Amino acid sequence: MSLTTGPAAPQAAVGKSPDGGREAGRTRRDRRSLGKHNLTGWLFSTPFLVLFGVFMLFPIVATLLMSFTDFGARDVTRPLEAEFVGLDNYTQLFQDDKFLKALFNTGYFVVVGVPATIVLGLLAAILLNNGIDRARTLFRVGFYAPVVTTIVAVAVVWRFVLDPSDGLIASLASEVGLSAPDFLGSETWAMPSLIAMAVWRNLGTVMVLCIAGLQAIPSEVREAARLDGAGAWQELRGITVPLLRPTLLYATVITTIGYLNVFEEPFVMTQGGPSDSTLTVSLDMYREGFNFFHMGYASAMAYVLFVVIMGITVLQLRLLKDNTR
Amino acid sequence: MTADTAAKARTRRRTGRVRTPLLYTVASAALLLMAAPFLWMALSAFKTKQDLTASQPVWIPSQWTLDNFTALLDQLDMPRYFLNSLIVAVLVTVSNLLFCSMLGYALAKLDFTGRSKVFALVLAALMVPGNLMILPLYVLMNGLGLIDTYAGLVLPFAAGAFGVFLMRQFMLSVPDELLEAARLDGAGEWYIFWRIVIPLVGPALATLTIFTFLGSWNNFIWPLIATNDPDKYTLPVALATFANDPNRTVGGGNGMLMAGSLLVVLPVLAVFAVLQRHFTQGIATAGLK
Repeated sequence: MSLTTGPAAPQAAVGKSPDGGREAGRTRRDRRSLGKHNLTGWLFSTPFLVLFGVFMLFPIVATLLMSFTDFGARDVTRPLEAEFVGLDNYTQLFQDDKFLKALFNTGYFVVVGVPATIVLGLLAAILLNNGIDRARTLFRVGFYAPVVTTIVAVAVVWRFVLDPSDGLIASLASEVGLSAPDFLGSETWAMPSLIAMAVWRNLGTVMVLCIAGLQAIPSEVREAARLDGAGAWQELRGITVPLLRPTLLYATVITTIGYLNVFEEPFVMTQGGPSDSTLTVSLDMYREGFNFFHMGYASAMAYVLFVVIMGITVLQLRLLKDNTR
Repeated sequence: MTADTAAKARTRRRTGRVRTPLLYTVASAALLLMAAPFLWMALSAFKTKQDLTASQPVWIPSQWTLDNFTALLDQLDMPRYFLNSLIVAVLVTVSNLLFCSMLGYALAKLDFTGRSKVFALVLAALMVPGNLMILPLYVLMNGLGLIDTYAGLVLPFAAGAFGVFLMRQFMLSVPDELLEAARLDGAGEWYIFWRIVIPLVGPALATLTIFTFLGSWNNFIWPLIATNDPDKYTLPVALATFANDPNRTVGGGNGMLMAGSLLVVLPVLAVFAVLQRHFTQGIATAGLK
């Protein structure tokens, strides 16, 4: 109970042990200096939380509620009169061939598109980070530019690049005596074409993330490996990929979420055709909801997609995290 | 730092003398592949009908023409769509900058009951796909009479979780002592936020501005749903509607589409080219911090 404890002394004097008193006093003082700002804290949070509550939280809950009703065109003006149908929408969904096809197509998009985007993005990053000194900005801007451009405009252009009669690829193919398939008009080729465009558009994001990750790897590690006689492939497998794991995990998760939501590409380029071969879950949901006004049914679709996205994200985080140990 | 870079460059030159030309060839070919659709779009916008429908691909227009642009401006009210996109993007950006930095400040620098729960909410919101909300959002906006209004286009994007997360991360690095000194001098929290913290997080605000503005400019699905009146279309909605219009005349229509795409993409590419440093830094920071 020495006087040197300063502000803590009064607390200590109320009959606590010297140590405990000092401890308590310090905590209290720290809290005072950091400041407990209950009112200000909530005032600063309110604008965001109001917008968030009305335009995000409420719709998320409302989608769930709508998915248990037969919400249709007439209910748009009188939402509370929609009829409760329990799990009907969900049971119907899993007997709906069109939805199952959309689910399959979306899976196809992810299973082919994600690895292609990650691998090409990583290769671009390694290429531009390790081999290119001159015109570095030009290369990076060039690879990243598709990411920032308006997807509708880009999709319109790709439609012509892929056009079977006067498109770029078809014309080039005919010049060397080959015939290109009718990319967007063929059930086999339409989906790969959309995936190619998505990979072209998104690999820049992966590239930029990986360049940032690569620059965090000390150059000594790389040089040591080279002195030990490691080839390019060994360096990639033994150093680059393991050290980039957190980056690659993040890139994989955001790319997967993006591709599971794919909407603009099929909407603008194929409108889901031919024969629903490029119908994705988001496009199916849009059509059911806003073309046919089966909004209850579309809400159930939205929730199935949401659960799939959450499930896959959690799974990826688990699987890929465990591998690092 | 420069010495370090120079040393790195020297090592690279030493180890990579043989493979450098090969690497440049590969990189240039890849760059050309990435740029081809843009080049095709830009050049096609100036082509005549004959060049557009030629059986062999014509890269350089045999005759340069502005017909596609004049026809496009004749048929579509492009200035109007441009203005709509601009108004919406500016409003969305300004409100995000304000509200996200306010909450970011509260989460980083104010200790209040429930803070950790609010932060958890923000993190959870980052994972929710946007398409989940659009059905009831449409019903809500319709009920509020906000379909075909700027408010209807802006409000759902007026404050995003990504912005809060970004601002919080940056504001954590502002020293507490600075705020404490101001508090002892009797400054109010709003003054501290506005006059001390905001000027210190300029790079974060720049990053958020770029991402929010472009996100809004490129947004498609919500403007598609929230507008029926062509007078309120944003550029992407107008372009998609025109592209999918079966009445669009085939030959000249294609040139017009290329011209339209160019007009939509050009401002974005210009902004990006100027601010690309902030972009790459923003991506890296948001991804890794």
